[in-house]
Amino acid sequence: MTSKTATFGLSCLVNGHKVEREIPSSRSLLDFIREDLGLKGTKEGCGEGECGACMVLVDGLAVNSCLMMAVQLHGKELVTIEGIKGKDGGLHPLQKTFMAEGAVQCGFCTPGLIIASEALLRRNPKATLEDIKLELAGNLCRCTGYEKVLSAVEKAKTAK
Amino acid sequence: MEKLSFVGKSLPRKDALIKATGRAQYAADRDFAGMLHAAAVRSPRPRIKILSISDKAARRVPGYVTLVTYKDIKGVNKWPVVMQDYPFLPQGEARFAGETVALVVADSARAAKKAAALVEIKYKELPSVADPLKALEKGSVKIYGKDNIVSSFVIKKGAVDKAFEKAAFTVEGEFSTNYQVHAYLETQGAVAVPEADGGMTVHSSTQCPFYVLDAVAAALALPYHKVKILQTVTGGGFGGKEDVPALVASHAALCAAKTGRPVKLIYGRKEDFQSMSKRHPGWARVAYAADKNGRITACRVKYVLDGGAYSTLSPIVLWRGTVHAAGPYKIANVDIQTYAAATNKVPCGAFRGFGQPQICFAQESLIDELAEKVGVDPVQFRLNNLLAPGDKTITGQKLNSSCGLKEVVQAVKRRSGWDKKVLSPKRQGDVVTGIGFSATYYGVGLGAKGRYLDRAGAFVNVYKDSSVTVNVGNTEMGQGALTVLAQITAETLNAPYDSVRVEEVDSSKVPDSGPTVASRTTLMSGNAIIEAATPIRERVFKTAYDMLIAEGADASKPMLAAGGLFSMGGKVVDFKKVAAGCWDRRQKMSEQGWYAAPRTTFKMEDGQGDAYVIYSYSADAAEVEVDLRTGVAKVKKIWAAYDVGKIVNPRLAMGQAQGGILQGMSWAMFENLVYKNGIMVNPNFTDYVIATTADKPEYDIIFIEKPYAEGPYKAKGMGEVPLIGVAPAVANAIKNACGARVRSVPLLPEKIWNEIKKG
Ligand code: FES
Ligand code: FES
Repeated sequence: MTSKTATFGLSCLVNGHKVEREIPSSRSLLDFIREDLGLKGTKEGCGEGECGACMVLVDGLAVNSCLMMAVQLHGKELVTIEGIKGKDGGLHPLQKTFMAEGAVQCGFCTPGLIIASEALLRRNPKATLEDIKLELAGNLCRCTGYEKVLSAVEKAKTAK
Repeated sequence: MEKLSFVGKSLPRKDALIKATGRAQYAADRDFAGMLHAAAVRSPRPRIKILSISDKAARRVPGYVTLVTYKDIKGVNKWPVVMQDYPFLPQGEARFAGETVALVVADSARAAKKAAALVEIKYKELPSVADPLKALEKGSVKIYGKDNIVSSFVIKKGAVDKAFEKAAFTVEGEFSTNYQVHAYLETQGAVAVPEADGGMTVHSSTQCPFYVLDAVAAALALPYHKVKILQTVTGGGFGGKEDVPALVASHAALCAAKTGRPVKLIYGRKEDFQSMSKRHPGWARVAYAADKNGRITACRVKYVLDGGAYSTLSPIVLWRGTVHAAGPYKIANVDIQTYAAATNKVPCGAFRGFGQPQICFAQESLIDELAEKVGVDPVQFRLNNLLAPGDKTITGQKLNSSCGLKEVVQAVKRRSGWDKKVLSPKRQGDVVTGIGFSATYYGVGLGAKGRYLDRAGAFVNVYKDSSVTVNVGNTEMGQGALTVLAQITAETLNAPYDSVRVEEVDSSKVPDSGPTVASRTTLMSGNAIIEAATPIRERVFKTAYDMLIAEGADASKPMLAAGGLFSMGGKVVDFKKVAAGCWDRRQKMSEQGWYAAPRTTFKMEDGQGDAYVIYSYSADAAEVEVDLRTGVAKVKKIWAAYDVGKIVNPRLAMGQAQGGILQGMSWAMFENLVYKNGIMVNPNFTDYVIATTADKPEYDIIFIEKPYAEGPYKAKGMGEVPLIGVAPAVANAIKNACGARVRSVPLLPEKIWNEIKKG
């Protein structure tokens, strides 16, 4: 058990900044983000790909970071909730509509939901309510009953 | 009617920005220099005698620091929750699979988990009990006292046997409900930080910092003033962070005390499922009698909750269920007997609704059956029997004027288009659509059984720059307490809403304010804030008046105060100036407030007397589609109306209602925690399914605000109300759609299909 853990020289883009790190190859992307980068906005709700609280964008696609290895980020671009910004560098439209609609209660699901919604709207700016429902079905929220979450995403479509 | 500037408005949530930007600091997000990590070693079997615990293999994990067992407890090895039968760490016997037996400390969470898995527990398996009804049988293995009864209550009134003999109509049925897992998205967690003077500061994800204080002080044998509990941003509670965070925090504190370093303990989802509290599974036999006019004359209930291995909050959960067991009806004769039984399974405790949803499912299903026997529409039948102001509940409590029960029922009946829909369930191919109804009431606050805890403190401080800090003892867990309490403060002081900040609880800044449960925060902390702020308000108003006069205002006109401004006879001065003026005049700008709930008169012997000071009310209608080929049911729409007194923040209240409804629906339809031979089979979100966006029904929700004179700006309490009546409304809709009466929650397709097949 004293065997040396293999390491890997990871190079990637994190919220627009180049990052180069030597990391154990067994590191999950979620642990890399929270522990190595200290970006605590990405949450762990289950660690098994069941809740969406740990969602981040990798090359623009929403992934559960608890299910991905950090080494898989090599040469790619990572965006976490800390990197979600509006065009003016202020709040992102989704952040504004989540706040205005009352889609935030305990907030633990919120970063993941905003990431998932952003990935959807980037891919399909005209997403219908049904599209949104389907896309967000992997993000559990125990507080809101989802109504205000859905309306926040709907409103963000036009707020873009 | 008083004009309000801040209360009653959908003002923005105070904590929305930090949460939407990922900056909010939950327990797992807090790091400290030199911090270590703990992980729990858990009992593998339902009931064991612990022979030895060895960390021989664990020591080889790089980063391993130490093992913590009961031997490291300096204080009394009894967690101080209601009945004190739960040790912080077991010494001889562990009583459910998943119980924490020891803790491992290491320099990373990964190392701690790895090492914990290598700790070896030598044990002898002991005979165990899994079924609560069997636990109550004479010949059962005894695991708790001499009869496995953790707690028991009665309500007795009138002559029940006689009423049943004379009845024109009677119904009887057995009902059951399964566990519900809180599934707060943030698992349990705490960080304990040793202080230089031998004290301990604990950062805890909790609804009840003062329960955590009691426990940490007891475990470490420290005086309270050397223990400080700081509530972290809490990622959902729903009752699941009422009692058990005290255990988690005490474990972290024991590790920190032993190592002398900060220790973080964050639960994984699986262990959170296995060991943290749950909604009790419930079983009930209910019978109603009615006279020939369709008036309910009697109700008989036997109600059993599966308490699990330790008593924790079972006595008070059971008591609430007992008081509300017959439903919101006028009934002269009642015989209610309730029991919490011990089993060798996870201890159950508080969950939104607190012992009411289980029995409400039973009695509101049965009320529909009674209406059918009598031959009256189920809503009309309810209207004929509902409690109204001046009526007496089954405990003999006379209801005051803040009772909008008839109005909420009428509102839901009207909005749902009940009369038309109920007579003609829609059918399209194999899919039928039906509608179902329920009505409930909810005693706000802790009531007679918890009255010693029903008080709250507040501290209000106006700085020279006019910004306001409020400290309270009740917590924000997502429900919006920080926002609602800021609105109440702003209203009382006439301070701009933006200038008020309500802080997360710091146990050293406010007196013990009891738990944040029972929908009591707005009422209790709200009233405490008003008491604290009122003397400051008088100084502020007097100073504002003097300043306006000094500016030459026409004093023949009254001074108006609204929205943070004071005006009189053409002159205006704002709160900022007035606050500065108060400081210049050396006025006292900080005050303590205190609110204790009025006395209740309830007697435990016969269950008669005032049980709660005030009640909230709700009605639900559910529209449900059933596929006759498969038994799959889908909830399409829920109409709900609530009387929870004055609504302080409509947008927040709506969010609470929608969230509560979906939790209730999710429990009714999907959530199915399975135990096999005393072991939990599905402790994860893949096999334990909760509602997602795809399952969300449409909501139609309204509030009927019956003012409560004693409430802060006439508010009552609402957090739990929306969940309670959902399951029976859905079950009644399934019956209406396809004739299937399913008597057990969750209302799974196979159960519905079986009933359809029976015809
Ligand atoms: S933590 Fe990754 S999906 Fe739940
Ligand atoms: S806001 Fe609490 S889980 Fe979504």
